[in-house]
Amino acid sequence: MGKVKVHRTPPSLDMTPMVDLAFLLVTFFMLTTTFAPEEPVAVDIPKSVSEIILPDNDRMIITVANDGRVFFDMDNKNHRREMLQTIGQKYSVSFTEEEIKSFAILAGFGVPVRNLPQFLAMPPDERKQVVQPGIPVDSLNNELADWVVYARMSNPKLRVAVKGDRGANYDIVKKVVETLIERKVLRFNLITGLEQEV
Amino acid sequence: MAEVSQQGEKNTAGKIRSNKSSTKIDMTPMVDLAFLLLTFFILTTTFNKPKAMELTMPEKIDITQPVGDKNVLNLILSENNKIFWYVGLEPPVFETNYSSAGVRKLLLNHKQRNPKLVVLIKPEDKSKYENIVDVLDEINITNTQRYAIVDLSDDDRRVLKTKKLMSLK
Repeated sequence: MGKVKVHRTPPSLDMTPMVDLAFLLVTFFMLTTTFAPEEPVAVDIPKSVSEIILPDNDRMIITVANDGRVFFDMDNKNHRREMLQTIGQKYSVSFTEEEIKSFAILAGFGVPVRNLPQFLAMPPDERKQVVQPGIPVDSLNNELADWVVYARMSNPKLRVAVKGDRGANYDIVKKVVETLIERKVLRFNLITGLEQEV
Repeated sequence: MAEVSQQGEKNTAGKIRSNKSSTKIDMTPMVDLAFLLLTFFILTTTFNKPKAMELTMPEKIDITQPVGDKNVLNLILSENNKIFWYVGLEPPVFETNYSSAGVRKLLLNHKQRNPKLVVLIKPEDKSKYENIVDVLDEINITNTQRYAIVDLSDDDRRVLKTKKLMSLK
């Protein structure tokens, strides 16, 4: 006794079940994952106990940043193209095919219409560096109203959601809400995170 | 590395020779890749989608519905997370906060006392967006049916001013 037996065969183990599981999980995550859309500005959303889930399609999101800048976002590339063309006609700003293409895949933006061609001409990584001034919502120059109108013209099924930063001043939010009401958008969603009730 | 069973190379004489070499494939790189992808997708996936709160605003019309003074609870959302509230048109004005012992209790009390209660939410310009979401949330929690978000009237400003002056003393 006390003799140690030397293993001749190298320790091998059947990895097949593990690999099966790994690929199963990979497939699952690949299919379920949706990449978080790129945000033009970081927004800290307020919390509520509301559990309505925002639909993934046909939505328009108006973001109000902490410092009061307003951003606009809408899904669906085709509708975005259509919207940009009509708004270009209204403001007599012409967009090249390149610019329209890059607008279609753009995330939210906060640039006045006149500066839009210049903004779209930039390469994407340069665009991130630029501090966007926000969409004007003043009563004299309310471009947000036009965006809302033309977005709804290109897609009548659109749902409107307002995504405000918790620290945003109410007077900006009030302007946005009043703009929506004036354009007959009376039912909209406020995006909130889920609050854990204590 | 990946050793796939080799066959056919030595088959020159047209004779089918039984292949003795093992049919095992070294799966390590594949597994490495699988786990790499797995880790990537686990880390990038976001499960908690943002929730939304439904809000329906009235159309802009000039006809204002008269409500009895005594049925109105005014909530003025002020700066620095303060809520001033009063019933009807006149002071006394009280102060409360956004905690469950504050505004929620207030809403529940008033609702119990007066089923015809109308809550008027009046956010000041300096109040934060979070404040109004919090109040709407409490309205939903307490299941208050009749409420409206309105602008501050001059009367409200006057009432509020005296209250603020008093609290300074």
